[in-house]
Amino acid sequence: MSNTHDARRVVITGIGVVAPGDVGTKPFWELLTAGRTATRTISSFDASPFRSQVAAECNFDPVAEGLSRRQIRAWDRTTQFAYVAAREALADSGVSGETDPLRTGVMVGTACGMTMSLDREYAVVSDEGKLWEVDPAHGVPYLYDYFLPSSMTREIAWLAEAEGPAGVVSAGCTSGIDVVTHAADLIRDGAAEVMVAGASDAAISPITVACFDAIKATTPRNDEPETASRPFDRTRDGFVLGEGAAFFVLEELGHARRRGARAYAEIAGYAARCNAYSMTGLRPDGKEMADAIRAALDRARKDPKDIDYINAHGSATKQNDLHETAAFKRSLGEHAYATPVSSIKSMIGHSLGAICALEVAASALTIEHAVIPPTANLREPDPDLDLDYVPLVARQAQVNTVLSVASGFGGFQSAIVLTDPGSAQ
Amino acid sequence: MNGRTAPAPADSPTSAARTTATPRVVVTGLGVIAPNGTGTEEYWRATLRGESGIGRVTRFDPSRYAATLAGEVKGFVPRERLPNRLLPQTDPMTRLALVAAEEALADSGVDAGQLSTYAAGVVTAASGGGFEFGQRELQALWSKGGDHVSAYQSFAWFYPVNSGQISIRHGMRGPGGALVAEQAGGLDAVAKARRHVRDGTALMVAGGVDGALCPWGWLCQTRSGGLSPQTDPQRAYLPFSTEASGYVPGEGGALLVLEDARSAAERGAVHVYGQIAGYAATFDPRPDSGRPPGLRRAIQLALADAEVTADAIDVVFADAMGLPGPDAVEAEVLAAEFGPRGVPVTAPKTMTGRLLAGGASLDLASALLSLRDQVIPPTVNVPDQAAPEALDLVTEGPRAAGLDCALVLARGYGGFNSAMVVRRAA
Repeated sequence: MSNTHDARRVVITGIGVVAPGDVGTKPFWELLTAGRTATRTISSFDASPFRSQVAAECNFDPVAEGLSRRQIRAWDRTTQFAYVAAREALADSGVSGETDPLRTGVMVGTACGMTMSLDREYAVVSDEGKLWEVDPAHGVPYLYDYFLPSSMTREIAWLAEAEGPAGVVSAGCTSGIDVVTHAADLIRDGAAEVMVAGASDAAISPITVACFDAIKATTPRNDEPETASRPFDRTRDGFVLGEGAAFFVLEELGHARRRGARAYAEIAGYAARCNAYSMTGLRPDGKEMADAIRAALDRARKDPKDIDYINAHGSATKQNDLHETAAFKRSLGEHAYATPVSSIKSMIGHSLGAICALEVAASALTIEHAVIPPTANLREPDPDLDLDYVPLVARQAQVNTVLSVASGFGGFQSAIVLTDPGSAQ
Repeated sequence: MNGRTAPAPADSPTSAARTTATPRVVVTGLGVIAPNGTGTEEYWRATLRGESGIGRVTRFDPSRYAATLAGEVKGFVPRERLPNRLLPQTDPMTRLALVAAEEALADSGVDAGQLSTYAAGVVTAASGGGFEFGQRELQALWSKGGDHVSAYQSFAWFYPVNSGQISIRHGMRGPGGALVAEQAGGLDAVAKARRHVRDGTALMVAGGVDGALCPWGWLCQTRSGGLSPQTDPQRAYLPFSTEASGYVPGEGGALLVLEDARSAAERGAVHVYGQIAGYAATFDPRPDSGRPPGLRRAIQLALADAEVTADAIDVVFADAMGLPGPDAVEAEVLAAEFGPRGVPVTAPKTMTGRLLAGGASLDLASALLSLRDQVIPPTVNVPDQAAPEALDLVTEGPRAAGLDCALVLARGYGGFNSAMVVRRAA
């Protein structure tokens, strides 16, 4: 479909990451390209009563990250991650001091918002579930900030001195793509020339673990935490809950060029669909995801054969990996078999709304460094999954065009196409 | 008054992105559920009569909390309005949203069976998600253990739950998702839907229906610092009044059906309530920055986006926070932009309370109904105005007026400002 905003192009000029393992983009990329995993037995609370006791946790020390005591007290871990990742992205881009606050905006993606604080504070004010009419005498002053995930947008906006369009985009586990594409749309529409956009989730908390236990979506492989996330493997049995954040500085191409900024990748195309089928289930045919992929390629003016690498959703549930493989075949045809596909969730778990932003970061870094991160723990191929999933070992490859996709609860399906900004004329 | 158009200034952020044929996006269906009326016409009749839906909280005993008044939707029996299978998996606010979506789609006259071929989509505004559902599951977790948490918790509480449920119920396979910016999100969601229509999605359902009237949601809301402590429903939420003491929260909202004007005309749409003509969003600077808040700029950018000047606006639906500081900012901005008492200003939300992510969408529905009926609904309970020289606040009964263009304002907790211009269909 021709559209109203092809005149302006949007590039990524800064990346910031808080991922399982050590904080920062560099440790993130080293972990991924080494094929190491950051999954482990949950350490933040006693998970022994739960079915799934494994998670991918960030080695995050807010004091070491320079947060003030007040920030540490008042901010949920999700906000802390978002702030630290956005700060790195801004520094990486070098854009500070070169922005017009009125033309700079902030969009934050999240699936779970301040779940960890809400879980903890609920337990206090309800006296561990005894009171329906929770007791205000024990409520902290930050509860409305925890109620509203948009409270973290405020902190990023103040950090970035942004007074343009701002908000939260949430579409469950596709949030990390949808927030980047929404921010890119705002630049293309002319509502902003710089957007700080990304996603954050830190919800490794009893209520989250319990609700995924209830639908058996997470792995029960508690005795092998380091190899528990097994996308595309025959023995896969659910995802490993993760946490993290990735933020970007997105700029209008002309703005980036005028200041001589490095561009990692161009946001070339994207699309979102709903499957209108189930809040949690996926049909095996992958039809709506395939439709989103085709629409994203059209918008990027790319053919299936242009795709050099697919950064997959690859959650390691039985259902997802079949659904997604079908979607790649349906949308790319024969070229699906010739395209490397990998899932970084094998190494850093599934951080819900944040993961797609981490996957966009990995996709941009793949273009930048010409290295495709592998699918760790893929030792026993599933006969029903017959694409090239880049098992175990990273692969050197010239990558100009990356497709990244996501599926989420609610039936949401999203696809984004990133291209090498050098190759884009 | 005519909706006089002005060419967007050369440096307008919207002008360069516009091609000659940006499709016009119109509203062809409305679904409303509000504390003073269920269904669009019931709400609108009550609103024009000045009937308030604010009262003491009945869902639980509010005595121990810092605020005791709310706008509760009354007489809503979920099992009479929704299939049984949806009840165990939905928060109360999602049930309200499903009913509003059904009404909006029926109102639009679109054949529900055809929605999937339209690639119709849904963008809703959210705030805390399905908070009452979440409170029940947190209670199960903490009092009984993890195995007592519902299999529905994973999605019943999450922010885009209403989009997902509406999409599934009506077979809508286009773009989906949710936006959160507290009150401002109710306009942001409609703006995002407008962009999807411009990009080729034939039909979008958009807006917000929200609420968190459970004790846990209530406690969180009392920590906003903005709730009125008053106990008399007539004396509590008094925006632009000398006695302003805060706002009253509520539940409900509105969902709108948006379509490309041409395809709406081709299918012979029953109603065209108006065009979503302009929109902009801004964010306030840090309070100690010495820089002005972003509300006025949001208005100016929305007017530029609509390609109209301030004198084209015939009525303003104010954000009307009900706190002296923010009220003064809004009154000053309106007086500066439109001239002292230069435009009628109203806040029918004085009859419903502020509905989290639903309130601005309800104001948008009210603005469109005002354009349809050429009448401005009143602001109730404001006898002593704080800035009568600045604002022409419509406090008498409904005011008849020639209305072509309305401006709707919304501010979200934390510093979000959104403005939307709607224009009467030609």
